[in-house]
Amino acid sequence: MANADLIVIEGSNMAEAHPVGFQWVMEAKKRGARVIHVDPRFTRTSANADRHIPIRSGTDIVLLGGVIRYVLENELWFEQYVKAFTNASTIVSESYGDPEDLDGLFSGYDPESGTYDNGTWAYAGDEERIARGLPERDETLQHPRTVFQLLRRHYARYTPQMVQDTCGIAPEDFEYLARSVAENSGRERTTCFAYALGWTQHQGGAQMIRTAAVLQLLMGNMGRPGGGVMALRGHATIQGSTDIPTLYHILPGYLPMPLVGQDDFDEYTRAIGKKEQKGFWADADIYAINLLKAWWGDSATAQNDWGFHNLPRLTGAHGTYQTTMRMLEDGVDGFFLFGQNPAVGSANGRMQRFGLSHLKWMVVRDFYMIESATFWRDGPEIESGELVTEDIGTEMFFLPAANHTEKAGSFTQTQRMVQWRDQAVEPPGDAKSDLEFMVDLGCRIREKLKDSTDPRDRPILDLTWDYPVKDNGEPDAEAVLAEINGRHLTGEKAGQPLASFGEMRADGSTIGGCWIYTGVYADGINQARRRMPGPDQDETAAEWGWAWPANRRILYNRASADAQGKPWSERKKLVWWDEETGIWTGHDIPDFPLTKRPDDPGDPDVGGAGALSGTDAFIMQADGRGWLFAPTGLVDGPLPTHYESPESPIRNPLYEQQSNPTRVTFRSEDNLSSPGAMGPGGEVYPYVFTTYRITEHHTAGGMSRFLPYLSELQPEMYCEVSPELAEEIGLEPYGWGTIISARSAIEAKVLVTERLAPLQVGDRTIHQIGLPFHFGQGSEAFIQGDGANDLIGMNLDANTQIQNSKNNSCTIIPGRRPRGAARRELVVEYRRRAGLVMSEHPAVDGAEGAPGAGPVSDSNHMEDRGPQEAAAMPDGESTIKEMKNR
Amino acid sequence: MTFLAGPEGPAAESGWGHEHARKGFFTDTSICIGCKACEVACKEWNSNPIDGSLEILGSSYDNTGALGANTWRHVAFIEQGQERIDEARESGRKLVSLGMPGIGPKTSGPRGALPAGDLSTADRTAPDTPEFRWLMSSDVCKHCTNAGCLDVCPTGAIFRSEFGSVVVQEDVCNGCGTCVGACPFGVIERRDDGTVSPRADRSEGIPHEGTANKCTLCYDRLVDGEQPACSATCPTQSILFGDHEDLAVDAQERVRDLHGRGMTEARLYGANPRDGVGGTGSMFLLLDEPEVYGLPPDPQVPTKSLPATYAQAGIAAAGMLAVTALAFLGGRR
Repeated sequence: MANADLIVIEGSNMAEAHPVGFQWVMEAKKRGARVIHVDPRFTRTSANADRHIPIRSGTDIVLLGGVIRYVLENELWFEQYVKAFTNASTIVSESYGDPEDLDGLFSGYDPESGTYDNGTWAYAGDEERIARGLPERDETLQHPRTVFQLLRRHYARYTPQMVQDTCGIAPEDFEYLARSVAENSGRERTTCFAYALGWTQHQGGAQMIRTAAVLQLLMGNMGRPGGGVMALRGHATIQGSTDIPTLYHILPGYLPMPLVGQDDFDEYTRAIGKKEQKGFWADADIYAINLLKAWWGDSATAQNDWGFHNLPRLTGAHGTYQTTMRMLEDGVDGFFLFGQNPAVGSANGRMQRFGLSHLKWMVVRDFYMIESATFWRDGPEIESGELVTEDIGTEMFFLPAANHTEKAGSFTQTQRMVQWRDQAVEPPGDAKSDLEFMVDLGCRIREKLKDSTDPRDRPILDLTWDYPVKDNGEPDAEAVLAEINGRHLTGEKAGQPLASFGEMRADGSTIGGCWIYTGVYADGINQARRRMPGPDQDETAAEWGWAWPANRRILYNRASADAQGKPWSERKKLVWWDEETGIWTGHDIPDFPLTKRPDDPGDPDVGGAGALSGTDAFIMQADGRGWLFAPTGLVDGPLPTHYESPESPIRNPLYEQQSNPTRVTFRSEDNLSSPGAMGPGGEVYPYVFTTYRITEHHTAGGMSRFLPYLSELQPEMYCEVSPELAEEIGLEPYGWGTIISARSAIEAKVLVTERLAPLQVGDRTIHQIGLPFHFGQGSEAFIQGDGANDLIGMNLDANTQIQNSKNNSCTIIPGRRPRGAARRELVVEYRRRAGLVMSEHPAVDGAEGAPGAGPVSDSNHMEDRGPQEAAAMPDGESTIKEMKNR
Repeated sequence: MTFLAGPEGPAAESGWGHEHARKGFFTDTSICIGCKACEVACKEWNSNPIDGSLEILGSSYDNTGALGANTWRHVAFIEQGQERIDEARESGRKLVSLGMPGIGPKTSGPRGALPAGDLSTADRTAPDTPEFRWLMSSDVCKHCTNAGCLDVCPTGAIFRSEFGSVVVQEDVCNGCGTCVGACPFGVIERRDDGTVSPRADRSEGIPHEGTANKCTLCYDRLVDGEQPACSATCPTQSILFGDHEDLAVDAQERVRDLHGRGMTEARLYGANPRDGVGGTGSMFLLLDEPEVYGLPPDPQVPTKSLPATYAQAGIAAAGMLAVTALAFLGGRR
């Protein structure tokens, strides 16, 4: 980021949530870069930006779509880059239908299931050639079905006027942003985007990120210094827990979890990457074999498909919220909670706490008795009388956890850099590391099962589970890192760590727990532990930590040179082709086959890396190109398209289709949504609220509200409102206000501030209310407060299963909320006004166009609404979105 | 020895010898992101209790209020509209035209940073005045060249360290509080209560209860060759620690740079050795008048007038002696 000429921070409050990373934004600024912050609120990030552009929450696709149109219409896109490295010239199937044609929907939509069949989004041409990454192309970009022309047409209506009418952004601000991007892109200059949960936590959030990716490809800002789309992660090593996932749908190294019925190993790996396809996913089988071999050791053989049958199979989505629903149906017996506080931190806190009360047992491992550990005696539902301690059957176990200074391990940050930390102090009392707990738990379970002959216990008994343990009982974390890195099993290098994933073999002679991390333990040295100070090395700082893959600091950096392999400019030089030595070289590790000449046509017959041409810079893609148009990979469309949030008070200014047609929700009296602009009753919740974090606290508060030094800095729950809204409602500065949504009512101190400005959107004034989500009700923390997440429904993005926390509707009244049972009565009273009581309106779910309801034009009648999936959960059928596109 | 410290600097003047360079802070508020890490690092290192009632103070994001016995770094938050920003730009511009740093583009890269890229094409046009801004500024003890607290301390508990900083020795301090009124910045205070430990472990009691407390420039870290906790933790290098002389040069250069970019609201505070405290060890780059940040515009050490007072008292005493003598002499007549 320090190398950028323009940094656009959108969907992120980087200075507050990532203050340490923000030093590089400040560094760029010192060097003369411009910083623009687009956000509903003026935050500490805005305070340090050259300009803050306030935006109506959830309309980022219109703003960036507007910039895409601006650079296309004004011929400001980076032509040589786009033609060389993107799929702009690729011709798309004749059967593809754009939202331009279908009033907001793409072709292939099934209203019954609320899902798309992406078959019509495919590239045109011979299937065999497409499979080899050679679709039909028109290098002049003139063919009407080239991606480039589709893009032009798709964004034609995203005009500055549309931006104003949708986002509430003045044409002057739009022009400033668009011009800044255009002027700070190209050969000499680069623009960087940074986003965080302000994009991901929408129903359609994945597409907001895609919009930035499309723009960055058009402007030639991918794979270059100071370019890129920086995904600022939610906590320390959230990147690491995606790479080596704590997620239900992927295995280490982004290999998908197999689905029920996916029993053929070859079919499984071919669904990830086929041998004949271009690029490095062609070796998906090797990555999978090395993982299985790392897990199941000697018992993983070619004969038993390397133990592939040992892997659990997915029956559908098993995210946080599906699990909560299962709990409520008594479908979950036990629950381990590590470093998470769902009673405070997950959407619809009330349903979370009710869900926990249905468990038979629950283990909480944390530093303090967080609200999720004490909800049964001091939660809001105990206060209201809806839950009675004596009636809750959940057996609670609290096990103190060691914190990050009390154990060794690694953090992987947003740049994919793995940084090792050493243990600084011994954990206090009985506190133990998660590693020790998991290893010990595994040992105990295996001990209990050791005489079992039940085939279902084999996967556990056959696991390699032999981590060396130190004197203090702590397993050696570096041994785990070495397993992740992988090693040779046979041959003269037997026992030696793998140097790179290129050394992995498909014959069982190597293991590797996560192919993208191979090299982190090269030469038997913990490369992540390297800490050479910045001043002692060059700007790339390759000897600080280790970045996957292969210690490469910028992905797809082949694109930092032109088609002929020359740097685009001296100023933005990174990796280039050296004709004399015949290799790619430069300041970073080249992300390209080292000896492949820029004019190499690629050999389609060999597949994999050999099939890549000398300009196929996007080496993980099956066609070697950066995808402006994404034929696969997303469940809600190949091009980002704007939809309104389900509770939005505004009709979608772009299409008849109001909300994302694939979005996921759960049918429950406690999870209703305001109809927003789509039906009577929406006016009961006229204001938009958005939740966020602040510097002083950490997520659900487990690491901050229990500490005096952090508690005193932001001691109370508050809401931020504009002076205009305060005037309208009669809210006193620093007095109390009560915020009511269709889910709950919370109280908060009122910060009246110009940092929140009302936005003029069409003929409406939109008021947005800001709510930090760090507070929760309990009795153990230093400071308490009502939880903002109680206000939010469990309404998810279909791509990611992430909840929409950023754009929901509420009303606000002066004063504190009622106590006891009256709190619920207040919520129900407002719901009744909005027509949101299921017993009175049996078909209501409050969500227009919910999955299964079809396009909005057909779904204006309440009785037509009704998402199917939550209702179908009890019988365990896979009614969640089809998994094949993930 | 002169009564007020002169150009040799306070450490040398206090008898430490010339080999001790004066240390200090340069707090550049133009790159402060208001994260309060300095406040927390300070309290962690010094085991200072928390302040306040755990209620929102009613001052934007500031909930610790001011510097005091427990809070030795304090971040102020000020929300301002366009009119006030224009005024600040104008007043800052005037300050510069009055002989503060000149205007001109900076030529070298930032201090302690990676090599700067080629800025020849960078946009140097002055930014439009924003409609709104949110100022953040981390305040700290000024470690004055002429320190009122040190001058008035009757027990000798406050001393001038070899680093030029002003430090309280809690084991000597009797808690009389004389120093509290002598600080022109309202920094030093007596510690009367507070909480240090998490709820789980509150038995430790309060350190240094009943004595005067303030920033020590992390004296205990400096003697070990470390820098103070706050500057070490500051993520954006808004707080810089170093030799006072070097920092003063950096500070001047930074103001010049900002003015070159059209940010004429930038000005220095505490960097003038001719001010009422002889300059301060802690210098600040502010983006508005000092009062906006709760800083006195013209701080005066209360003991500044002592020489004159003593001289006048001396003359008066001599006069009285003379009169008395005359009276006796006259009486003999």
